[in-house]
Amino acid sequence: MTIGSENALWTMKEIGSRVALDVESDWLVNVGIGMPQVAVEPLNERGVMLHSENGIIGLGPSPSPGNEDPDVIDAGKGFATVVAGGAFIDSATSFSLIRGGRLDLALMGAYEVSVNGDLANWRLAGRKIAGIGGAADLAHGARRVWIITSLFANDGASKLVQQCSHPLTAKGVVKRIYTEQGIFEPDGAAFKVVALAGGVTATELAIRGVPLTD
Amino acid sequence: MTKTQILASAADAVADIPNGATILCGGFGGAGYPRNLIGALASRKVTGLTVVANNAGHEALFRYGGVRKVVCSYPVGPTSKGFLEVLERGEAELELEPQGTLVERIRTQGAGLGGFLTQVGIGTELAENKQKIEIDGKQYLICKPIEAQYALVKAWKADHAGNLVYRHAARNFNAVMASAAPIVIAEVSEIVDGYLDPDYIHTSGAFIDRLVMVNN
Repeated sequence: MTIGSENALWTMKEIGSRVALDVESDWLVNVGIGMPQVAVEPLNERGVMLHSENGIIGLGPSPSPGNEDPDVIDAGKGFATVVAGGAFIDSATSFSLIRGGRLDLALMGAYEVSVNGDLANWRLAGRKIAGIGGAADLAHGARRVWIITSLFANDGASKLVQQCSHPLTAKGVVKRIYTEQGIFEPDGAAFKVVALAGGVTATELAIRGVPLTD
Repeated sequence: MTKTQILASAADAVADIPNGATILCGGFGGAGYPRNLIGALASRKVTGLTVVANNAGHEALFRYGGVRKVVCSYPVGPTSKGFLEVLERGEAELELEPQGTLVERIRTQGAGLGGFLTQVGIGTELAENKQKIEIDGKQYLICKPIEAQYALVKAWKADHAGNLVYRHAARNFNAVMASAAPIVIAEVSEIVDGYLDPDYIHTSGAFIDRLVMVNN
């Protein structure tokens, strides 16, 4: 399907909607901290069950003001809600579910993704301290890993690369990347274009350093 | 009769925790964090502690330099300021683990096992300094259990047999740590009259050594 207008990059909201449409309605999905959060609302609207690794199955939208409960938070420690049919589980059970193959999809942010699907999203090279949280478990354990990110870093470098320069979270796990410029899939040698936003061309992206298949 | 002791205050519950102890501390961020027990430890100015928890927001303990080592998955973020300061000054060290590996290292200790094998972290720097083993052509990391002397947990309701029920997503690490140390101390918001329904108990009183009712 087409999304967005003919001559503009996709907005975050449009990316979230597109991701939600690509998710099967009976999947269990973990939505990571940061940019992937744009998918929460459209996934909730489609009735897709969301998993939060701190121990919620059936994560709902943010509570309205005055209805926050300090015991109902998401993995980013923001106030959350639970949908009908949801459940609370302990952390060991939550990660058994992840590693054991019950999580259909992890939506994650990225610093870099390589052509063979390596993911770097927890610590920038050169920084001493960072949190890994559940990222390595999710990236390894989820049946699919899709990334939601801007295609280019603040310095203009492509986040889709031949080889990651930042420390890896997991090797060979990323199946698809959603960005404001388009949707891409690593094929081992480069990235295949699945769709491009309005006005974006593969030639232009290649000039800006995105390793695309010919 | 279970062996669970019901104590009058958080201070009584942690009175024997010595300098240099390793403690498991429940919670995910503020949800389920046993802040009264940690506060009571801080009042005693216990030092040289190794604290195992998902996060590193033990501000009450960092304030006087009570912590020697933090074992966690997420030592950054707004609540970790105190830890990052002592880390920067070289007064504490960090052992970082993926969250699922961290909780399983705690669970296996409580389950009386010698550890477990995982593929999480293989091919990344998270696998550095870990023994590896190949089984049926697959590489695994060997993860050892985490041995602690005390577990401090937060639950919602308890009964007089020490049975616990956690509230919502405050169950997190608490339900795992509650079976993982030789002395398990639980702070709870309420101790009910009589007994909780056995069908709805999250942690049996068989795991709980000390119980204290607190004001939040």
